[in-house]
Amino acid sequence: MIVAKRKPLGEIVEMLAPFKKVTVIGCRSCVAICLAGGEKEVKMLVSALKIRNKKEGRRQEFDGFVVERQCEKEWVKEVEDKILGSDITLSMACSLGAQTIGDMYPEHMTFPGLNTGIFGVPEEQGVWSEKCLGCGNCIIHTTGGICPIARCAKSMLNGPCGGSANSKCEVNLDVDCAWAAIYDRLKLQNRLDLIEKVTPAKDWSTSHSGGRRIFAREDAKLTPHQKKGKEAVQ
Amino acid sequence: MAGRKPKIVGFCCERHGMDAAVLSARSGKQFDASVRLVRVPCAGRVDGMHLLRALEDGADAVFVLGCLEKNCYYDTGSIEGRKRVGYVKAILEEVGIEKERVEMFNAASSNSWAFPEMVAKMVEIANKLGPIGSGGEKE
Repeated sequence: MIVAKRKPLGEIVEMLAPFKKVTVIGCRSCVAICLAGGEKEVKMLVSALKIRNKKEGRRQEFDGFVVERQCEKEWVKEVEDKILGSDITLSMACSLGAQTIGDMYPEHMTFPGLNTGIFGVPEEQGVWSEKCLGCGNCIIHTTGGICPIARCAKSMLNGPCGGSANSKCEVNLDVDCAWAAIYDRLKLQNRLDLIEKVTPAKDWSTSHSGGRRIFAREDAKLTPHQKKGKEAVQ
Repeated sequence: MAGRKPKIVGFCCERHGMDAAVLSARSGKQFDASVRLVRVPCAGRVDGMHLLRALEDGADAVFVLGCLEKNCYYDTGSIEGRKRVGYVKAILEEVGIEKERVEMFNAASSNSWAFPEMVAKMVEIANKLGPIGSGGEKE
């Protein structure tokens, strides 16, 4: 899932300072699971901002809402009147949610309340770690199910670098060396022969290096006729 | 503000916390404050949202009263309560509000003396800090 973190409140306060009516919109998907922008977080943020304004004697109106998935237009549409009825929208979703609102209502300002971080998994309660970079060409079937692109600081493809010691990464001794983990996993699976196999230089054109990527499934796309029908229903 | 009694809200777990409060009430101890207690099933049920909402709605200080940590009826409820209070303190600090306005306390149901001490501490804090936002409104 996408893991994000709330921006420091001071930064949020500064961003919102010039606006009188603020709508805060959270998301019930990834950012709710990583405790950054779900219902509780939205309510707590709105409450904290109201308390601050009460102390400062500042008049500003805050309202908080949460949608199922802020990266999908259909869900955002449900709170359209709340968005357009305010001076600014503070998105408590990942950047995808904030940009979806921004693209839907380009004349209306939408600011991010979160810093979008990583594609991560929960390791334990309250801890998420990065395990994928979204490079567009998955090779973990050859590395024991462990991604060297995301989990190795240097994204090495053919074994560890010279800085790996005692199964730890030289960049941060608290982090496991991805290639030590790959070796252990392949050994466990009795597939150590794979470690001998040379992987050629990676084709990064499938990653972000090739610019903005668009994924499409042709059979799922609507024909112009279908689009017309859908628009008529809406 | 002369004559204004500080407003204090206490979230008490219905096991040891509320029992300690009820027991101390029998002693007849009086406070020069408006103290409103909210019975919760466990200190771990209290969310940061509840504490902030109480402050937003006019409380000068808020506290959570749970079982003693090593004798919690639900084992870890008091620990959860303490963590939530810590989180709210951090949020308050970030927005420039005195973090002392929120406190966590623990008591055994037989500690009749503990509750008046806690309330006295919160009254002292509330009196010292005054109500949130007494400076009038700005544009």
